[in-house]
Amino acid sequence: MHYEIVDFVIDIVQNSCEAGASLVELRIDEDGAGIGFEVRDNGKGMDALEQAQALDPFVTDGIKHPGRKVGLGLPFLKQALEQSAGSFRLESEKGSGTKLSFRFDTGNLDCPPLGDLVGMMVTVLCMPGPEEMLISRTRDGYSYSLCKSELIEALGNLEEVSSLVLLKEYVRSQEKEGEELWQG
Amino acid sequence: MARMTLDELRAFRDSKRQDLARRDVEGKDIQIVVGMGTCGIAAGAKLTFDALVESLQKRGLENKVLVRQTGCMGLCYVEPTVEVIAPGMPTVIYGKMTKDAADELVQKHLVEGKLLDNHIFDRPAADIVKK
Repeated sequence: MHYEIVDFVIDIVQNSCEAGASLVELRIDEDGAGIGFEVRDNGKGMDALEQAQALDPFVTDGIKHPGRKVGLGLPFLKQALEQSAGSFRLESEKGSGTKLSFRFDTGNLDCPPLGDLVGMMVTVLCMPGPEEMLISRTRDGYSYSLCKSELIEALGNLEEVSSLVLLKEYVRSQEKEGEELWQG
Repeated sequence: MARMTLDELRAFRDSKRQDLARRDVEGKDIQIVVGMGTCGIAAGAKLTFDALVESLQKRGLENKVLVRQTGCMGLCYVEPTVEVIAPGMPTVIYGKMTKDAADELVQKHLVEGKLLDNHIFDRPAADIVKK
């Protein structure tokens, strides 16, 4: 089981990146009561049976890892949400993509800690697969957005260590301005 | 602090590039691949990733190494796993690469050219080898 909320998000975005998506969109909306995420991709999608199976920890397609009998990504997330009164919604259409929305109630005692949001955004932006990734982040009226192709245009290859360092600094500066506003 | 604009980021990048150009002799032929599947994330692969980037920067190797991510490498029992592809060294998958071991990897494998004997678990799994 993952420890922090950001770990669940990385896991879910990794799913989108492995689903052959060329575009992945991540929305992060935070307010005083909780934090909501929406991950949308235009990858291969799932039909109703596959969606049910994706939520079953004891089913996996076995393509990537022959002989393995578990697939735990989505079931972990669903369990963490159920035990902390969060909400979860999976919508998918075979051939056109998947949208997953979930929200953690941060006031709930059993809600996992949020973790390093800036590091999470850097991690997902650098995942191989999708040509484009859009991240939009809002918190109590403050917002900013990140666009993978723009960042690559500004920084070059995001897999270079120097790009990774600058990217993290850039995202941190976006987040930091918000923190100053939120703290008044 | 006001947030950085994309133009500032570009300018920043250009100044870094000039610093690095002087050192750019051998090209980026070293690759470090971090497993970021469910298993890796649960075992702290993100911390390992950050620690690797920090350690590479500390040793001035940032212009020689690419740090990539991949899904599960099939060695879930020894996560976090890190594959290292470096010229003159065998390609290996290291397991149990917690953030503390990441620094050791950079120092021993990349700087000293020695393998980390206690962390070797496999060569690349068939399903992640590029065609």
